[in-house]
Amino acid sequence: MSAHAEAAHDGHVLHPPEAHRSSRVEAPVLGMLLFIASEVMLFGSFFTAYFFVRVGAEETWPLPPFELPRFVAGVNTAILVTSSFTIHWALQSIKRGNRAGLQAGLVLTLALGLTFLLTQIREYSRVGFAPHDGSFGSVFYGLTGLHGAHVFVGLTLLTFATIRAFRGHFTPEHHAGVEIPGIYWHFVDVMWIVVYATVYLL
Amino acid sequence: MRNPLKSEAEAFKLVLLAIGYFALIVIAAAINTWLGVAVFVLLSAIAVGAIVRARREPPEVRTHASRSGPGERRILVVANETVGGRTLREEVERRSEGYDVQILVVCPALNSPLRHWVSDEDAARAAAQERLDSSLARLAEEGLDARGEVGDGEPLQAIEDALRSFGADEIIISTHPEGRSQWLERGVVSGARARFDVPITHVVVDLVAEREEIRN
Repeated sequence: MSAHAEAAHDGHVLHPPEAHRSSRVEAPVLGMLLFIASEVMLFGSFFTAYFFVRVGAEETWPLPPFELPRFVAGVNTAILVTSSFTIHWALQSIKRGNRAGLQAGLVLTLALGLTFLLTQIREYSRVGFAPHDGSFGSVFYGLTGLHGAHVFVGLTLLTFATIRAFRGHFTPEHHAGVEIPGIYWHFVDVMWIVVYATVYLL
Repeated sequence: MRNPLKSEAEAFKLVLLAIGYFALIVIAAAINTWLGVAVFVLLSAIAVGAIVRARREPPEVRTHASRSGPGERRILVVANETVGGRTLREEVERRSEGYDVQILVVCPALNSPLRHWVSDEDAARAAAQERLDSSLARLAEEGLDARGEVGDGEPLQAIEDALRSFGADEIIISTHPEGRSQWLERGVVSGARARFDVPITHVVVDLVAEREEIRN
């Protein structure tokens, strides 16, 4: 008799036991929360480096001859903030059973996120300095590049959610596949607001 | 305090708050750098104050509709180590008299915070299940039809979870006597009274005294 058959014969189940859980936090949401907590620490270390450079710098910021494209980044900020509204609309739509709203919201969010990322890449090619141009260049590319990588991850998650939305997945009761990428997307948005306000404006 | 990332809607609110927070700081800093610093300090203090106040605020009262018909009564019993206590059984019996009663016994799976956060709950749940089984057997011996379940390690959460599926008319919370009860020290009974709009009876079970009585 095989080991599996023996186990079945003894009345043992052949799969891991069901996880214990309460209604406090759904396991997928808890996973995303813990992930975001680790991300906050990661961004925190980059901001620490930024403020270290900034506090030690002279009066003018950014250090001459560097200049930051505030206007383009401001437009990009508006694009990313708008994408938070569209993902929120997408989720509210599916909660009301409006599948067309879900699909439209996700496509718009995806388009806005992609526009943000492409604009950032374009900005890199025109900004006039490179990561190896001193500590300012390193910290600027480090912070904005780290954020850009997060936007890329968010776009990947949203792509999966969009494909699933068009395949007829998600219902008013079951929409964790949109809700969880949505939480992540808002986190990416908040982090950009912090990056834009501190690096570009202040 | 509500977790700002517990749901998409909460996360969206956080985005709006972040926009407002940084917009005010940037506008103030554009007028004068020190004004920007002052606004930053002021807004941060307001945010910290709001968080502290939210933690102190009494919890929202949760209403749960009873599902009992005429002559019926649903009793939710919440107990852990005292679940097998004679005093508790007597109280349940007394409250069941004259009714077609349904009893749900919930044993919170008490666990250490570390084990809780690493999801190592198997031992705690097994121990709670063992106590629950023995208590249900004793209630059955006395003719009371009760069912049971192992609940969340946090007693108030366990009550809330149980109320969702079991519209109780009353709740009986059983604890050790004052001085020996962690639940009393943590204000579980008063917390439950503040949080749930269901009549709550607190039963003190002195297991040491009950064992002494049996020996004598």
